Amino acid sequence: MDAVIENLPLFLEGFRNTLGLLVLAGIGALVLGIIIATMRISPVASFRGFATVYTEIVRNTPLTLVLFFCAYLLPYLQYSPGYFTLATIGLTVYTSPFVAEALRSGINGVHVGQAEAARSIGLTFGQTLSFVVMPQAVRMVIPPLINVFIALTKNTSVAGAFFVFELFGAARKVTNLRGDEVLAILLAVAAFYLLVTVSLGLIAGRVEKKVAVLR
Amino acid sequence: MTSVLYDAPGPRAIVRSRVLSIVGIIVIAAGLVWLVLALGAPKVSANGAEQPGLWDASRWDVFLDVQVWRTLGQGALNTLRMAAVAAVFALVLGVLFSFGRASDTRWIRLPTTIVLEFVRGMPVLLMMLFILLVFSTGSFWAGVAALSVYNGAIIGEALRAGIASLPRGQREAGLAIGLTPIATRFRIEFPQAFRQMLPIIIAQLVVLLKDTSLSFVVGYEELLRAGLYNLTNFFGSRYSFSFFLVVLAIYLTMNLLLSWLARVIARRTGSRSGGVTPDAKVPPVKPVDPEIVYPAALGNQSGGAGIPSAGGL
Repeated sequence: MDAVIENLPLFLEGFRNTLGLLVLAGIGALVLGIIIATMRISPVASFRGFATVYTEIVRNTPLTLVLFFCAYLLPYLQYSPGYFTLATIGLTVYTSPFVAEALRSGINGVHVGQAEAARSIGLTFGQTLSFVVMPQAVRMVIPPLINVFIALTKNTSVAGAFFVFELFGAARKVTNLRGDEVLAILLAVAAFYLLVTVSLGLIAGRVEKKVAVLR
Repeated sequence: MTSVLYDAPGPRAIVRSRVLSIVGIIVIAAGLVWLVLALGAPKVSANGAEQPGLWDASRWDVFLDVQVWRTLGQGALNTLRMAAVAAVFALVLGVLFSFGRASDTRWIRLPTTIVLEFVRGMPVLLMMLFILLVFSTGSFWAGVAALSVYNGAIIGEALRAGIASLPRGQREAGLAIGLTPIATRFRIEFPQAFRQMLPIIIAQLVVLLKDTSLSFVVGYEELLRAGLYNLTNFFGSRYSFSFFLVVLAIYLTMNLLLSWLARVIARRTGSRSGGVTPDAKVPPVKPVDPEIVYPAALGNQSGGAGIPSAGGL
């Protein structure tokens, strides 16, 4: 136990970096994901094709490979803003198609009858989207989006293998220093991760329940 | 696809959308061409030395060496072996977890729920390190154990959701004809739940295949370590970009094949699952979009790969 208490500053620094990666990559993925999702449902065929290919390729690439590209090959191509930024870029790119799919499934999940009803009482395209479809879609999208962010929280640990000092990096460093108390150290790190993932999960559950009542 | 949202386009709208589409193609193609040319341009490093571009033959000649292909093949085989072993254990564990989670006995249900929550909230990577250091299993079994526990938890949750979504009459009917509760679960509920959740389970197996690449951290010689670290160390960083592209292509081939299989199976089971009772007016099991109905079951390490959504609008 004392190994954990002694090295608490290290863990806290790692936790800060984990949260930093989560927030920055989360915002980035949200922006990129909205763009991709818009392209995916747009009436312009070439944008649709591009978004589909992008989604398929990125979703079927292991995160480790994406981060390897960012950590080793981008500096090799003479772009090196530091490993934290590089990992943020990698996580952003990797998470964006999942965000896009969550958004798209939310819009697809709105019942066709809703749009038909809106159209038949004479609402225009813009009115249909903004007054009928979107308010329902946004509610349905939030639980899957939170799940994407839970996955992102866990994915930040991979950045620890690519020179970013976050929680997993802290765990590796401290277990190297104190080989005798591995169990306590790893449980402590797990507790930090669970703090984020479980609380996000609880929020998702509550939102889901609210949405279920509304429908 | 979105024709419900607006009137059918007239001639002018069709022309406009076609023009936009062509402009889009040109913009995207120009971007790609620029990228390829920029990567191919010779680089001048800080000390003035000029290196050949990334498409230059001197960066690709290693692939004439048979040993390179042998190393890559060995790496891919190791990846597949880990994925196969872990998939079997994950399925077994998933079934056990789902029974534990749906058990009538509180003393089984509660601990299982806690274990599941714990496992699902933790990164696979941490679990691998944990198992490697605490149980000193060696890298292969550390990777297999972490992947099977983690994916087993998610498969278990999916199966439980499948059992919960069955009509209550199934269980009641099983009990009424004199089967024990366990026999009912095994012979009546579980086969239906499994068939309904098969697409999610296969999508999860794609995730498992992708996540085997994490085991490079604990030192397992899989495709990523063999192809990117070992080969680059041996042949020099001159070839790192070429190795990266080849490894990426191998991963994409494996994962896209498995995703495609998932899609084929999803389509086949999707059309069949409606007919639990053939004479029912309303299909008892609604075809579901797993991403919407069971997002909790899909809250996974790297997200599920490719199940097309049912598509409302």
